[in-house]
Amino acid sequence: MDSNAASPESIYVSGAVTTAVKILIVGHFAVGKTTLISSLSEITPLSTEERMTQASTHHDDLRGVPDKRTTTVALDFGRLTLGDELVLYLFGTPGQQRFMQLWEDMARGALGALLLIDPGRLADTFPVIDLVERYGLEYAVAVNSFAEDSPHSEAELREALDLLPHTPLLFCDARNQKSSAQALVTLVQHLLQRAS
Amino acid sequence: MTGPGEEQPVAGGFIRSYVITSGRELPSPDSLSLITLVTTAPGKEPPPRAIPEILAIWELCSGGYLSVAEVSARLGLPVGVVRLLLTDLIRTERLLSRAAPPPAQVPDPRILERVLHGLQRRFA
Repeated sequence: MDSNAASPESIYVSGAVTTAVKILIVGHFAVGKTTLISSLSEITPLSTEERMTQASTHHDDLRGVPDKRTTTVALDFGRLTLGDELVLYLFGTPGQQRFMQLWEDMARGALGALLLIDPGRLADTFPVIDLVERYGLEYAVAVNSFAEDSPHSEAELREALDLLPHTPLLFCDARNQKSSAQALVTLVQHLLQRAS
Repeated sequence: MTGPGEEQPVAGGFIRSYVITSGRELPSPDSLSLITLVTTAPGKEPPPRAIPEILAIWELCSGGYLSVAEVSARLGLPVGVVRLLLTDLIRTERLLSRAAPPPAQVPDPRILERVLHGLQRRFA
């Protein structure tokens, strides 16, 4: 049962696992998404590359290659085996509006999202909240505060972010495993409440 | 043309992907989610005259189950390309797959319960 005791890091998922689920870790650039994933993941976080195609804005014909421009987005993710038959993937998802195509892909089938915020950069969080809500994801807010001295109180943050009363908001230190795990537990408890 | 100081186009990688997939349209994410788990089917061989990317997938996946995202990350291949190559291998029954629960408006509370208890046990 104690799957986290699996001594040398195995790159493979246990053959007994029948169900894989995902939770998105969302937030603006450099808010600490990958730090939080690293603190929880049983594998060294991996990064996969999604290539997105956009219609070309200029005529830059690549000799017969379709006239499209591609941008590459790196997605960091980690993995957590939870019991014998269940594995949870945590995907760090960038918050920029121009990644909407990616969001559609990421949001599909996600259990919910943990929204990481930096209390000193609240304005950067607004577009991320828009995306989370647009894709109908339930979420909890984790204020990534390394020091205990957040410049804002919980009430101030709730008001600034225009959170619904039932949306959980907690303070966490993404570098700390226990603290990150607590944030995830709070999110899943909230998801469960909304789902039942 | 890209002038000095402008953003570098990713054309090189794009052409490479284009060659690997023989220019075929990449499958939609619906067909194979990032967290679908895959492994090689027992007793199967890689397709004849397989390209190096397929052989790399074969070697990696013969060790056990991995998600589509992990295959992509461990091989340094774009997700879209991996999805297409994996789809071929699944269709020809060379790979086994365990699909993620189908996307739902509201997640299944039984799964959420299991996630919650799993997290609590693991990080208690």
